[in-house]
Amino acid sequence: MKPADFAPPFRASDYVAPPTDPENERIDVGVLIVGAGPGGLACAIRIGQLLDDAPEIRERLGEVPVVVLEKGKAPGSHLLSGAVVNPRSLRRLFKGRKRIEDMPFYGPVEHESVYFLTANRALRIPTPPTMQNDGNHVASLARLGRWLAEQAEESGAMLLPETPAHKLLVDGGRARGVRTGDKGRGRNGEELGNFEPGADVVARVTVLAEGTQGHLTGVALERFGLQSENPQVWALGVKEVWKVAKPLDRVIHTMGWPLRPQAKYREFGGSFIYPMGDDMVTLGMVVGLDYRDVELSVHDLLQELKTHTLVRGILEGGERVAWGAKTIPEGGFVSLPKQLHAPGLLICGDGAGMVNVPALKGIHYAIESGSLAAEAAFAALRRGETPWRPGALAAYDEAIRQSFIWKDLQQVRNMRQAFGRGFWLGGAFAGAMTASRGKFPPGNTRTERDSEQELLRTDRAKSYPAPDGKLTFDKLSSVFASGNKTRDDQPNHIVIRRDVPGEVAQLWERMCPAQVYEATGDGVDVTPSNCVQCGAITAKGGRLTPPEGGSGPEYTLT
Amino acid sequence: MATLVFLEHHGSELLKGGLGVLSKAASLGDDVSGIVIGSGVRGLADEAGKFGAARVYVADDAQLEAPLPQPRVDVLAQLVRDKGADSILFANSVLAADTAAGLAARLDAGLNWDLVDIARNDGKLVGTRPALQDSVYVEVGWTSQPRIALFRTGSFDPVASGGAAETEDVPVQLEDFSTGARMVEQAHAESEGPSIEEADVVVAGGRGLGGPENFTLVEGLAKALGGAVGATRAVVDAGWYPYSTQVGQTGKTVSPKLYVACGISGAIQHKVGMQGSGVIVAINKDPNAPIFDFSDLGVVGDVHQIVPKLTELVEQRKGQ
Amino acid sequence: MKIAVCVKHVPEGTKRIDPTTKRLDRGGEGALNPFDANAVEEALRLKQATGEGEVLVVSLGPAKAQDALRKALAMGADRAVLVTDDAAAGSDLVATSRALAQALERENADLVLFGQQGNDSDGAVLGAAVADRLRRPMVSQVAEVTHADGKLTVKRQTEFGYDVIETQLPAVVAVSDAINEPRYPSLKGIMGAKSKPQATLSADDLGLTAEVVGVGGSRTEVLELKAPPSRGESRKIEDDGSAAQAIIDFLTEKRLI
Repeated sequence: MKPADFAPPFRASDYVAPPTDPENERIDVGVLIVGAGPGGLACAIRIGQLLDDAPEIRERLGEVPVVVLEKGKAPGSHLLSGAVVNPRSLRRLFKGRKRIEDMPFYGPVEHESVYFLTANRALRIPTPPTMQNDGNHVASLARLGRWLAEQAEESGAMLLPETPAHKLLVDGGRARGVRTGDKGRGRNGEELGNFEPGADVVARVTVLAEGTQGHLTGVALERFGLQSENPQVWALGVKEVWKVAKPLDRVIHTMGWPLRPQAKYREFGGSFIYPMGDDMVTLGMVVGLDYRDVELSVHDLLQELKTHTLVRGILEGGERVAWGAKTIPEGGFVSLPKQLHAPGLLICGDGAGMVNVPALKGIHYAIESGSLAAEAAFAALRRGETPWRPGALAAYDEAIRQSFIWKDLQQVRNMRQAFGRGFWLGGAFAGAMTASRGKFPPGNTRTERDSEQELLRTDRAKSYPAPDGKLTFDKLSSVFASGNKTRDDQPNHIVIRRDVPGEVAQLWERMCPAQVYEATGDGVDVTPSNCVQCGAITAKGGRLTPPEGGSGPEYTLT
Repeated sequence: MATLVFLEHHGSELLKGGLGVLSKAASLGDDVSGIVIGSGVRGLADEAGKFGAARVYVADDAQLEAPLPQPRVDVLAQLVRDKGADSILFANSVLAADTAAGLAARLDAGLNWDLVDIARNDGKLVGTRPALQDSVYVEVGWTSQPRIALFRTGSFDPVASGGAAETEDVPVQLEDFSTGARMVEQAHAESEGPSIEEADVVVAGGRGLGGPENFTLVEGLAKALGGAVGATRAVVDAGWYPYSTQVGQTGKTVSPKLYVACGISGAIQHKVGMQGSGVIVAINKDPNAPIFDFSDLGVVGDVHQIVPKLTELVEQRKGQ
Repeated sequence: MKIAVCVKHVPEGTKRIDPTTKRLDRGGEGALNPFDANAVEEALRLKQATGEGEVLVVSLGPAKAQDALRKALAMGADRAVLVTDDAAAGSDLVATSRALAQALERENADLVLFGQQGNDSDGAVLGAAVADRLRRPMVSQVAEVTHADGKLTVKRQTEFGYDVIETQLPAVVAVSDAINEPRYPSLKGIMGAKSKPQATLSADDLGLTAEVVGVGGSRTEVLELKAPPSRGESRKIEDDGSAAQAIIDFLTEKRLI
């Protein structure tokens, strides 16, 4: 049995429509950016810089030249990453304007260790070349995002938080903008007393920078036929931030326990532990969503990891101050969309799948692609072209191909898939790929949909520690720590089938780090207000759509 | 120390809250006076003596009939000017909060509200105010006199010490603006039972009840205890009980004297809505339920058995 | 009718108390106090009902409080006044009510509205204090307002039920959160909020000296932070058929029945 057999009643075409608001009521903007993450904000900042030097174009773009829509409560609310950031694209973006020292980093990586864990031991192993972090900086992405948002506003962009992009407006084969989500609907979709309908926002260029599992990105790829032959695959990362008694002096990655190395389980992943200044530490567990065991829970594996001597020692005397979860696109090069633009439309960052899995990096690709999208959009506008003429934005694809994003991803293109063969064999292949700089093996290894993996069951859950409320926590406490206080009587935003067999229901129940699903015996119950919009359900047989604006987690430290 | 306690009444009875504050003030060894403000309220003054007032001021005037704050501010301000007072204490209510706040502005006097306790430390009066959903207690003081304090409902029990108070009439002279608001119709009775946010007792049900039909058990116990019914998010989500009764992070925050949790596991989302309760009794069949970590009395057992029996016993006692 | 709504900017997310000042940390993200959204909504409805007039929003707070005012403007308020001054930080009720009253005096609105309480301070006291300074009639915990013949008829919710109270204008009214469901600002409203008139006043502009604002003008102080008292000895029993009686005994001991 596999989750893909129970495909949800989701049709991308339901989320594509021509504008419906009367023409004089539409919100008309120059460049519309969806998502206030590193990609979208970099795009806004870069356009602002370019428009500063071209006031006549700014003039032409009307009253609101640049808008960034953000579904979270505030910029940063839905941002979560490790994160060790490669600063190269930030340097380029802020060249001559801001220095790395001006940015809210927790300092450069000075030492790093990689361990192979067994239940009782931690074996230090050499740091694989792809994972070396010389010159990189530790950050809270939520915090970096807030800082970027300030820069974007200073550069003239208008930020509109609590505003999800619900539908892609397409008219005559070209993207015209988006329709924002309704607010004030009740549990059954009915209009409440304070109902406020969404609005059509139309633009010359629409940039989708929605991040992982981007709602309209998925819709757009389908509508314009841009999907790769290789389906995207994801991992789920769950992380915590701790206030600690003693500083951690290095970044740590672990492999092995509590994941199992046997190929049949397909448990690819590991953990990270990073210092955030002298008094905080962040740690997380990342596991590929191609795993098969219905009892696997990344949330609980992270709890289990904390009971390891190595980790317990770091957290000793500390206190958890934040929690969050998010998926990571892991398909890499082979899963990149065939084309990153369509008439009037550009796609960047995680939404396009620009993540280097062996290096555990994606933020600098998001920033770079956002900047490149801005440059392509600006070039088209400067030429006085209608950006929705087919090919008018093709320069963006060309720029991406010329960039380090392309080169990096191409080199490691087969590495993730190798680990489908188990930890040891995968590791050996990965070593060979690194040594040959991606020349071995030639060609591309295919990806398989996460939801196509046959399910199996072991008694994995037995080893999850009982939550003690100090070191280990239950899922609801974690949801609370994410700052989530979503209105309970909203319509359900998660599209799944309810009448699924027990295995699938239990898979979802365990998989979800936020206790959204509950297997009932004859199907599954859903508590959508717990959702932290990590996106795991989309990988495993359902579909996440954006709930009412401002819902979900309110991350500040993740 | 001269302390003045505002004694609110409803109908022909002094409210317990004010009497509790009176007892507390008397226990600090202060020279405590009470004040009763209304129309035809002279008869209420005697009662105050029993709870520790050495003196009761009475402002009895037809213009004071309606329970509106501003005329009371006028009376109190005048009294403080004439007789002096170091502290003026109120037990919280809609009327008391408005009166205390108006008086603070009138006298430029410090007001600390939502206090649950007051003590004298090295001669200095210190109030205790819970903050951040009762997760921290803040000690607060006053930098000038008179000091005004507003106490959370149910902070102190009235203690009858049996004394007698002398009674003294005070003059009533009202400002023009104080009579600008006029009572047209007083106190329609609300539906049955107290509202969940104001009830002294809340009996709440969770998923452990097993089904919506078993909420009758919770309702029965709430009725017997004279309390309101609460529910967890899970059962509200499941449609067992209305959203207006939801206690917790995304529902109501309550702090009754007694909270009885029936079949509630005690997730943090629920806890933050009720952890300020005076006494928490939890009944749950799962011995590892987190609710037992913050209950005063935890009973591991079946709500379906225990709650009806408990209701019966409460009713028996009431019958006695 | 000219309506002034007093609103507060309150911290968002996990609140913490700054151990040095012992006051709520207001440095992080903030938002419009949700209870004040009810007051803004009621003002907009009253204006809508009469079809004329002005709704202005007034706040006392840090420069960031502009965000809360912006939200009220996005909902539909016409104009905002922010009283902000470093000297005003740490104002208690006496000092806050004085500064607000001073700002309100200049506006001379027919009706001043407040939300029922701050969700950060849990006080429900500012409306009455400001009303006293403005020497105007006031009603709090108002769950319904009707405006006719230059008078307001309101429904006040108390511990004992509903009162019907009539007041002349000008007046001060603190609404309860039961009065309405605040609207969501429309996207157009949000985008237009920035360009609505927004004035900023300092203590000096209001003729307020350092002695009457901020800590200097306050009459209360925060002394110490303590952990909440432990719940005492927690008892846990297993039901052997006598649990109901055990609960009764416990409640009796605690004098709860």
